Amino acid sequence: GPLWERPLMEVRLGELHTWISTCNFSPQGLLAAVQRAWSSYCAKYIHVKQGGPAGISMLLAGYCLLSYGWNYQHLKRHRWRKYH
Amino acid sequence: MLSRLVLRAAPAALRALPPPVAVGVLHTTRPLHTTRQSLAPVPPLPEKGGEVRHGLIPEEFFQFLYPKTGVTGPYMLGTGLLLYLLSKEIYVVNHETAAAACILTVIVYAIKKFGPEVAAFADKLNEEKVATAVAMKDEAIQTLQTAIEEEKKEQWRAEGRSYLFDAKRNNVAMLLETNYRERLLMVYSEVKKRLDYQVAMQTLKRQKEQDHMIQWVEKNVVQSITPQQQKESIAKCIVDLKALSKGAHAAV
Repeated sequence: GPLWERPLMEVRLGELHTWISTCNFSPQGLLAAVQRAWSSYCAKYIHVKQGGPAGISMLLAGYCLLSYGWNYQHLKRHRWRKYH
Repeated sequence: MLSRLVLRAAPAALRALPPPVAVGVLHTTRPLHTTRQSLAPVPPLPEKGGEVRHGLIPEEFFQFLYPKTGVTGPYMLGTGLLLYLLSKEIYVVNHETAAAACILTVIVYAIKKFGPEVAAFADKLNEEKVATAVAMKDEAIQTLQTAIEEEKKEQWRAEGRSYLFDAKRNNVAMLLETNYRERLLMVYSEVKKRLDYQVAMQTLKRQKEQDHMIQWVEKNVVQSITPQQQKESIAKCIVDLKALSKGAHAAV
């Protein structure tokens, strides 16, 4: 289909900036984008008849990574080496 | 997968809708009661979710890297990344690392050991729910089927109404006939009674007249017998008796 209707995964690398320019960056647009992403994730991994640990484990892993990133400045002080 | 397609098509459908319309004082974003979307029947849930390798990385990532790097590409990428993070100490090894390692070991062991049983239990619960719903549906269908058969039977029965009406017509005709004959009989008996009455009257009258006349004649005759005639008749009787007695004596 046309460029502005394709989801992010199906946009080629060269068309990326064009695609971003067609995005709706108003609060409602961002909220709608977040809603869409969450709905597609749920529909793919959680609302199935035989889901496994994958649905929640990916969420938990993402949470771990995010929290590591948020606390990085504090964790940096527990390094073992002085020079890298 | 189907729900993913539906959700992918939703933004396109939303953008294709007409702009907000003011219907009276009610602002609506879609024409009321003319939508083609139908909420029932709801499409069934997909059987299995998206493929995930090692519980963490979706299969699409491996397929994305396969054309360029083959099968070991993502693993090499992962190893290289891990070594880089460790050596540059972007990921710092501290007490939390040990705790995380122990917790992850326990979790993975528990999932591997008890996963299938929990999955079977959940499946059984779902099966029961679906079975009750299906049983209700089947029962409803069965009831309607029996109702249909009953209805057909009633229709077949209604076809015999011509016989019923014939029988009723015969009944009515017989009743009329019976009534008619009863009335004929009544008429006949009434007429006969009247005629008998007349006949009885006539015989009575004649008899009365006869009796009266006989009495009158007798009375007159008796009155007409004068004493003179009475003596003559008695004398004649005595003479006759004497003659008779003579004859009887002679016979003896």
